[in-house]
Amino acid sequence: MLSMPVSTDSESIDSCLRERAAALPRGVQDAAQVLLDVRDLSVRFPVGRTGFWGQKRLTVHAVDDVSFVVHKGETLGLVGESGSGKTTIGRAVLRRLPVSNGSIRFRGNDITQLRGESLRKLRQHMQLVFQDPYASLNPRMRVLDIVAEPLLVHGRARTRDEAAAQVADLLHRVGLPADAADRYPHAFSGGQRQRIGIARALALSPEFIVADEPVSALDVSVRAQVVNLLQDLQRELGLSYLFIAHDLAVVRHISHRIAILYAGKLVELAGRDAIYDSPLHPYTEALLSAIPVPDPAVQRCRRRIMNCGEPPDPLHPLPGCRFQTRCPVAQTQCREATPPLRESASGHWVACWRH
Amino acid sequence: MSAVAESLRGRPYELFASVRGWGREIRHDKTALVGLTLVVLLVLTAAFASLIAPHDPAAQNLRARLLPPVWLDKGTWTYLLGTDHLGRDVLSRLIHGSRVSLAVGAGVVLLAGGFGTVMGLLAGYFGGRTDAFIMRWVDTQVAFPGLLLALIILAVVGPSMGSLIAVLAINGWMVYARMVRGSVLSVRQLPYVEAAEMVGCRSLRVVFRHVLPNLVSPLLTLAILEFARIVLAEAALSFLGLGVQPPATSWGLDVANGKEYMFRAWWLVTFPGAAIAMSVLGINLLASWLRIASDPQEREKSFARRAVHQRRRPT
Amino acid sequence: MNAPLLEVENLSVHFTTRRGVVRAVREVSLHVEQGETLGIVGESGSGKSVAMQAVMGLIDAPGEICNGDIRWRGRTLLGEAGRRRLQEVRGNRMSMIFQDPMTSLNPVMTVGAQLVEVLVRHLKMPPVQAWRRAEELLALVNIGAPGRRLRQHPHELSGGMRQRVMIAMALACEPELLIADEPTTALDVTVQAQILELIAELQQRLHLSVILITHDLGVVAQVCHRVAVMYAGRIAETGEAVDLFARPGHPYTQGLLRATPRHDDVAERLIAIDGAPPDLVSAPPGCGFQQRCPVYGKECDGPAPSLSYEHGRRLACWHAFERAWPELVAERKQAIHALDARIYGL
Repeated sequence: MLSMPVSTDSESIDSCLRERAAALPRGVQDAAQVLLDVRDLSVRFPVGRTGFWGQKRLTVHAVDDVSFVVHKGETLGLVGESGSGKTTIGRAVLRRLPVSNGSIRFRGNDITQLRGESLRKLRQHMQLVFQDPYASLNPRMRVLDIVAEPLLVHGRARTRDEAAAQVADLLHRVGLPADAADRYPHAFSGGQRQRIGIARALALSPEFIVADEPVSALDVSVRAQVVNLLQDLQRELGLSYLFIAHDLAVVRHISHRIAILYAGKLVELAGRDAIYDSPLHPYTEALLSAIPVPDPAVQRCRRRIMNCGEPPDPLHPLPGCRFQTRCPVAQTQCREATPPLRESASGHWVACWRH
Repeated sequence: MSAVAESLRGRPYELFASVRGWGREIRHDKTALVGLTLVVLLVLTAAFASLIAPHDPAAQNLRARLLPPVWLDKGTWTYLLGTDHLGRDVLSRLIHGSRVSLAVGAGVVLLAGGFGTVMGLLAGYFGGRTDAFIMRWVDTQVAFPGLLLALIILAVVGPSMGSLIAVLAINGWMVYARMVRGSVLSVRQLPYVEAAEMVGCRSLRVVFRHVLPNLVSPLLTLAILEFARIVLAEAALSFLGLGVQPPATSWGLDVANGKEYMFRAWWLVTFPGAAIAMSVLGINLLASWLRIASDPQEREKSFARRAVHQRRRPT
Repeated sequence: MNAPLLEVENLSVHFTTRRGVVRAVREVSLHVEQGETLGIVGESGSGKSVAMQAVMGLIDAPGEICNGDIRWRGRTLLGEAGRRRLQEVRGNRMSMIFQDPMTSLNPVMTVGAQLVEVLVRHLKMPPVQAWRRAEELLALVNIGAPGRRLRQHPHELSGGMRQRVMIAMALACEPELLIADEPTTALDVTVQAQILELIAELQQRLHLSVILITHDLGVVAQVCHRVAVMYAGRIAETGEAVDLFARPGHPYTQGLLRATPRHDDVAERLIAIDGAPPDLVSAPPGCGFQQRCPVYGKECDGPAPSLSYEHGRRLACWHAFERAWPELVAERKQAIHALDARIYGL
């Protein structure tokens, strides 16, 4: 079982750090091209009825008025806990879910209401890497068939043999041996299966990839292999990523900007370092303080920001800020009106009445 | 037990690839072997009926009426299992009757199974109004008393093998539709099905390439069980006179004819009855084994049971 | 000196499957003293869960304990002699909570009914007293309005609360040892912090011993006194937490610490360990880590040693404390420390 060699010697880490120091501050790159433009996105799911006669309809507000952009060649990290709506946003952006409100523009074209054949054509430009490497590959198909399927379906190759050359190239790109094509998924480890999934996503040469928690199901020692692969591919092919995760530690290394979600709302959006160095929203602060650091000498001296109270009920959202029930610094204003997302510092957006 | 779970993820589908794999598997289960033997016997008998049967099943010989089987008094070797009230050889009728059972069974399973599977696929995959419409149709038809409906239709249209198959098929497709719809609904949620849709596969391709292969083993098990039920249903309808008509032979018909002579010539009822029972038993045993063999986790469990049993047995 | 509360000696567990014999646990030895938290760290296939299930007597066909001993306060729990002792100890002196609280709780019974069932069955308490005790238990695990919660069903509670209910059930009989199998893996990080703090608080208050199984080094760093690192069914290293993190001896531990991403780390790239854990059916006879180890030598094909060092450190490696991986760049380390100081006020 081979894996892609990762240079871990101190020299290359050294040069990475120097490179980073010399680079421009990672803020919103206004000059760069906007690939994905999401405005006021809302996704609501009907979940049944209530009331004695069943007259009141119950809906889950999974995503509420979320706006962000993704530039070409950039990675936007989308971070949130369960119920934050991050997976829903990922699926909605790919048009796998119906959009209740708002608009999604991809390369300038409005794709919000796209369906049928034009939606199928869109798949050549936007792809998805799944969370579960074990369940996202058809166990009855060989790797060759799995990776060749997008090519066959969109007419890039007419037969499996024609596709074989392209498949071999894709497998090489993701660091898998050429003979992997003849084997079945169960012969591979979790990390390798995820590479196969990435190879499949790359088959149509898309510009934009949604990575839905791509390393959550993998072992810790293997996570970095996949994340580094995604970074390398981004550099080589100019890809843009929407990297969905719940782990702020993993997301830090691959993202240029990070968006924090809470209960379906975007609460903070900033350049990567700004989120960690100077978090503005109380939820971001709470999240950062809750992550345990793998060093007892450090961890045991930390004081955690306590969060009492319950997460909000998605069926009956309260008026005002979603975080009010757990916020240590909530004021009356927070219970009355929902704070809008405002630019507090350059490139640093936050939805909180305190800023 | 994640270590075991890991090992289960390997090689579950390669069993299907080799006949030898199946052969090795069935050798472990004695009851399954019995079932397989009976089914193979049934199929061979039906296939080579004209070669095996010593006499023409419709040939009457009034001088040799109601002869008992060979091992009783007055039995002869010419008519091994005796003759009926018209002098027709019971054994030959038994052999030829298997053809009818098999033909009706296979015909109904293919017709009902095919139609039901397609309906289930459409309902499960497309959901929404298609699903609602098809399922209401299924619910309505299920509510009709099957046998009564069969009797009415056959009485109106006139009994024959063709109409028999049609009626049984009309009564039998709903169970396939429901099962397939349930399977499709759960398979649709699987990530690799979603992945196929994500790469841009059209619905037809997703259904045939990704969804359908998952349905093969539960569908096969259901079809085999339905086959057994159809054999019984055909026997019942023929017994009531609404199934196969003479001069064709059917086990049910033979039981009906022999009913009047039950105390004088017990062999007229017993042998066809036994044939029905053995066929249905064999089919059920085979189906029960197949359900276990085609599920990797069940196979693993039966393997574990055998291993533990072997270990406990003093060597 | 008193015998430790729980002692596992040379435990081996294997599973007979169609593919072959899976040696899930191989010659594992560890012990837990009264009042301490032992963390068992490992990735998938390390055998950590199976080892603890063996301790609780939960290993069923096709698995079996093929070697070794498990002792509770010096008396064995295995074999004919131990069987009765195991029945007394399990659930009573020693209890276990699992990863997914939703599937561990009966969805059709109320929370109160399930708690009361434990109390009535194990402690033979009269039902009225049991209900009162159940309410006390829920308060013990910091569940607000316990009276109301008793009448709710599991699906009405959040994930964190369900896990607290599980902990309450495990503590119902006032055990001396709590085994927690990845109790926070399925929970959000803010909820995880609450549960870990609860476990630490309960441990102090009730003088409980805890075995915490996890794959997350951050969790270990937060609550564990001692740590055992497992890889491919074997124990790689055991020691006190602070000491182990500061001076990891086994190459796997070193690699794992380097590969664990930190949110306070400014590096551009994550560090990985090449390769993947071995297949337990065909694992190499010697050290399981050899295929991925940078300092592998011929001696690693044979049986691993059991070396002891100060502060109770035990290592199973011929290359203990050798620097297997390149040192983290000094700049990076400095940057991490600077951030620590600023953010955490150290």
